[in-house]
Amino acid sequence: MIEQWPILSIIIFLPLFGAFLIFISEDDSYIARRKIRNVAFLTTLVVFILSLVLWVNFDNKDAGFQMQENMNWLAAGISYHIGVDGISLLFIVLSAFLIPFCILASWKSVTEQFKEYMIAFLILETMLIGVFCALNALLFYIFFEASLIPIFIIIGVWGGGNRVYASLKFFLYTLLGSLLMLIAIMAMYWEVGSLDIPTLLNYPFSCYMQNWLWLAFFASFSIKTPMWPLHTWLPDAHVEAPTTGSVVLAGILLKLGGYGFLRFSLPMFPIASANFAPLIFVLSAVAIVYTSLVAFCQKDMKRLVAYSSIAHMGYSTMGIFAENIQSIEGAIVQMLSHGIVSSALFLCIGVLYDRVHTREIIAFSGLAKNMPKYATVFFIFTMANIGFPGTSGFLGEFLTAIGVFQGNSFAAIVATSGIIFSAIYSLYLYRRVIFGTIDKENLQALTDLSFREKCILYPMILLTVVFGIYPAPVLNVLHSSVELLVNHCNNATRMVFLRW
Amino acid sequence: MKMALMIQLRLLLPEVVVAIGAVCLLLVGLFLKDSYERLVRLAMAILMSALFLLIAFPSHGMVFGDALIIDAFSDFMKILVLGGTVIVLLISINFLRVKKIDRFEFPVLILFATLGMMFMISAGNMLSLYLGIELQSLALYVLAAIDRDDLRATEAGVKYFVLGALSSGLLLYGISLIYGYTGSIGFSEISNIFSRGTLQVGVIFGMVFVLAALAFKISAVPFHMWTPDVYEGAPTPVTAFFATAPKVAAISLITRLVIRVFASERVTIMLPAWQQIVIFIGLGSMIVGAFSGIGQRNIKRLMAYSSISHMGYALVGLSSGTLMGVQSVIIYMLIYMSMTLGLFSLILAMKNPDGYMEKIDDLSGLARTDPFLALIVTLLLFSFASIPFLAGFFAKWYTFGAAVGEGFFPLVLCGMLASVISVFYYLRIVSLIWFNKERCLLLPISSELRFVLIVSGIFVSCYVFFGVWIMPLAEKAARSLF
Repeated sequence: MIEQWPILSIIIFLPLFGAFLIFISEDDSYIARRKIRNVAFLTTLVVFILSLVLWVNFDNKDAGFQMQENMNWLAAGISYHIGVDGISLLFIVLSAFLIPFCILASWKSVTEQFKEYMIAFLILETMLIGVFCALNALLFYIFFEASLIPIFIIIGVWGGGNRVYASLKFFLYTLLGSLLMLIAIMAMYWEVGSLDIPTLLNYPFSCYMQNWLWLAFFASFSIKTPMWPLHTWLPDAHVEAPTTGSVVLAGILLKLGGYGFLRFSLPMFPIASANFAPLIFVLSAVAIVYTSLVAFCQKDMKRLVAYSSIAHMGYSTMGIFAENIQSIEGAIVQMLSHGIVSSALFLCIGVLYDRVHTREIIAFSGLAKNMPKYATVFFIFTMANIGFPGTSGFLGEFLTAIGVFQGNSFAAIVATSGIIFSAIYSLYLYRRVIFGTIDKENLQALTDLSFREKCILYPMILLTVVFGIYPAPVLNVLHSSVELLVNHCNNATRMVFLRW
Repeated sequence: MKMALMIQLRLLLPEVVVAIGAVCLLLVGLFLKDSYERLVRLAMAILMSALFLLIAFPSHGMVFGDALIIDAFSDFMKILVLGGTVIVLLISINFLRVKKIDRFEFPVLILFATLGMMFMISAGNMLSLYLGIELQSLALYVLAAIDRDDLRATEAGVKYFVLGALSSGLLLYGISLIYGYTGSIGFSEISNIFSRGTLQVGVIFGMVFVLAALAFKISAVPFHMWTPDVYEGAPTPVTAFFATAPKVAAISLITRLVIRVFASERVTIMLPAWQQIVIFIGLGSMIVGAFSGIGQRNIKRLMAYSSISHMGYALVGLSSGTLMGVQSVIIYMLIYMSMTLGLFSLILAMKNPDGYMEKIDDLSGLARTDPFLALIVTLLLFSFASIPFLAGFFAKWYTFGAAVGEGFFPLVLCGMLASVISVFYYLRIVSLIWFNKERCLLLPISSELRFVLIVSGIFVSCYVFFGVWIMPLAEKAARSLF
């Protein structure tokens, strides 16, 4: 039954419809605002349920694209073509999972321009899910770029003191990379005559062309991921963004880069990927060690988590370009796990920020006394961030390390050392904020987690732990698609060696 | 003989309507000096009837020997010019009344300028090209200075006139050189000489002079110096007119010249001469437009630099010299014009009790006073910045795509970098509108401005859906040049 419905289109465009409903409604009174947030929350919840329906109906054995929809659009080869495979499905579910929490988390903290805020989030959801569904390079690019508009507005309107600088930097930085990718897409269109991703996947680009195209795509995805040394926009954007903005940034937006590598760079330009893999390893290893050290020196909690995000994404990029099944699965699991864990950490910081209106680490101490539940929750996510066995973080780092070790043992050793660094800065943060004595007046009267905050954080704990202990449902979805990807790359590179 | 004349005039019917309408309006205006608004509506009716004739009864052929060419390309561009002019007239009414420059000459001059543009678009030999340009330019010089008691407007008019006269001189010199070396002023005869490949130096010189004069009209670098001053000084509706219709006319003239007349086979490893010129001025326009816009505080000046860089992007598409390239220029002009008209409606709406405002900072906090207006303006600005899914992105997709198709990667790369830089100044306006907490003190916006803003907002945001139907029209228009 579900096959006849355009379920992907519904998932993509339902939030847009919700945004439209909110757009035409009034927000002059408290009751009207309640209505707006109910509409927003219900829409995103329905999207999440639909994404679960999608998961249930997904055929794990089929490595190709499923639930495809194809409609003519701009020209021959530029069509409205969407579909999911094992890799994109999980990112769709992740996005659909996180956005309702963002809506829930902003019920109290956003006080002005409430209506616009909800509209921005719903539009953002459309764009993000669209990126993961797109099976046409131009469609992908459009969703990829258009997602900048709502996040730019979110950072700029509801952000902190230096928000204009941060939002402009974020926008221009990412735009620069994306425009290079756009040139590559144009070149591919003239070369192949089509931008359909399944067609592009099987098109043998020449070695020379692969290198240039790979670099152009790398420019875009490495800024988005972000990889060292192109990461400087991220800490600024995270610090200035409102809590929920950080959640979306860390949880979903950073994954666009990794997803792009998996969808474009690796399968379309396998030879170039093999050529440039050492570069990626070096950059990732530097990112893991360097940003971990930088994270240790931060005074602002959000900045610390932001730098730890860069380090964690370093594992993913390393895993993706090690090009074997474990490493790629590990990279994807790492991205998914990071999506949940770092989002949860940002939400935890948001809980404190809502109460005290500061994020300085030295402003806090001894929270364990008044906020025991909060301390526990924060502890679990700190452990997950370190990659403690039994949490989802461990799985990703472990799989990635195994995979990378087969290809490049030196890189794997450097990467694994990053786990120690992450333990250092995470525990250091935890100790200073949660333990110790309460020496400040304003911390005396802090209340523990409210019902709404529990509703947000507890499901995430559940997910982190379950995912860490029993990852089979996720890995099963991934497996056949990743296998296809790896075989495809290996065949392509082997062909080149044979020709030599 | 009489029959033949009638057939030719039949082809020229839209031009005839505008010409007779303009003369009649001049007469009527003498007697109806006080009912300015009625005159403007009359002028709009005249333009709309010409527009109707163009759309409903398209007929193609040559008029008066080879003097004028009426083909699908000229039809499309004329529709753009006429449509743009109608909207400029619509949004000008209130401004001119408030500023007390509601003289009946305004609609008359606009009609004459439009007539000149229609001849430019259809020009089939060097003489009609020159006459079309002069008819248009003379009307525009006067329009720039129509607020004759205003110091800035007078300065703008004089500046425009002096530099415009210089460019006319260049044009005539170029035409005479071409005539001297080829012995002809007809496009088809000159084209025969060019297509042979090896050219005499004099012909090349002539071509450079002609293209330089036309680059002046589209304010391409290095002939852009007049643009910011004239844009700033002229009354805002006149600036809106400068930024739209004459640009369309001049760029279609350039397109026709380079594709039909100056095109030659590639005989050496060097690109054909016209391509070198177009690439150079396109590159220059993109870069200068992007960098110079950064420091601007006056929104009209900013629009001047923005239009310079947008002309550069259009020229990138043209530089490919292919069918796809011409098509992309046509689409680019359509999208550029609809965005520009929308943004000028906003500038015209920037009015507080003390009068009209031109500073970018005056827009700060607009999202708090009028969120709906702010949303539309934001869409327009993102479209100017060519962020997808908005129309501006598709405009750039086609032009840059055409250039990539010819392998002009360094050019496209420079263009992309320039466009990132120019995004900065569009985003700064967006950030003023949304991120500032104070309230903006704008008077309520009048209905016709709101109408134009909404229409252009819908256009830029829904182009992604209906662009697929515009493409075949543009292709048909472009095909008539090949």
